[in-house]
Amino acid sequence: MKILVVDDEQDVKVLFEQRFRKEIRDREMEFVFAFSGEEALVYLNHHQHEAVLILSDINMPGMSGLELLGHIKQKYHKPPPVVMMITAYGDKENYDTAMNLGADDFLTKPVDFTTLKEKLKAIQ
Amino acid sequence: MASLGELTAGITHEIQNPLNFVNNFSEVNTELIDELNDEIDKGNFAEAVLIAKDIKENEEKIKHHGKRAEAIVKGMLQHSRSGSGQKELTDLNNLLDECLRLSFHGIRAKDKSFDTKTETSLDSSLSPVAVVSQDIGRVLLNIFTNAFYSVMQKKKTNGENYSPVVTASTFREGNTVKIIVQDNGNGIPQRVIDKLFQPFFTTKSTGEGTGLGLSMSYDIITKGN
Repeated sequence: MKILVVDDEQDVKVLFEQRFRKEIRDREMEFVFAFSGEEALVYLNHHQHEAVLILSDINMPGMSGLELLGHIKQKYHKPPPVVMMITAYGDKENYDTAMNLGADDFLTKPVDFTTLKEKLKAIQ
Repeated sequence: MASLGELTAGITHEIQNPLNFVNNFSEVNTELIDELNDEIDKGNFAEAVLIAKDIKENEEKIKHHGKRAEAIVKGMLQHSRSGSGQKELTDLNNLLDECLRLSFHGIRAKDKSFDTKTETSLDSSLSPVAVVSQDIGRVLLNIFTNAFYSVMQKKKTNGENYSPVVTASTFREGNTVKIIVQDNGNGIPQRVIDKLFQPFFTTKSTGEGTGLGLSMSYDIITKGN
């Protein structure tokens, strides 16, 4: 399962590679990283159908995660990738906006990786 | 003027990210230490050394993000203190960056549709300058908040065709440091410029601003420094 993680914090990459070391080593999951909404769209344009799941931060400089979510759900249809938002802004307004734009799930930071792993395994 | 609520929201967001890393890298290390012990029991010392290296790198990350959170709290205390009046050597680039982020996230927390490109051009040759940092910080916060407000207003009328940008730069000019904040918002008409620093003068609608930000800032700059 290929997963695209979108977050402007560089250490998110290291964190995911560490927390999913077993899954990566056993080739159950493969992670790619984009550090902005713009980078994420470039990746998706060049690798259509590859990433089945996208985990995105909401609050990023430039294109926000919600804008990215809107673009993804509008443009990529068959099959549409699953998009989960991971964000420090856990308020109702952000949640509602994300859900209305078609987000498949909404997690707040600090990320509980146990819960995240369960959700990802449920998708597999 | 940046309200306490906006500041708190901005700071909360800023702290969540480093805390996220501290908690998660710490949990990773607990797992890694178990793996390390397993490898030692099995006699796989080469593997054990590799795991130990990862653990050490993670500790560095924990330290780095812990210090980030510490700096944010310190900055927050500084802003909330009612100006001790003491001048202290301050890294102006750091202060500017901090205020920019605080202002940005503070507004974002209140208005989800708010988004602006921010750019900084900071002179790395600047040495620390003796200033009352909470006062200068307040001035910067006011200026940034105004800049963001201006571009937000323009965005409402111009929509898709307009890319809001706020730029902040620092540079040395002889004996002085210049701090410049620019925005590509609506600009200021001359009749407003004339009244800019008057207390309670504001171009915002009722309830949106007190009209005190720039007048306070003017006082701080002309009387303090």
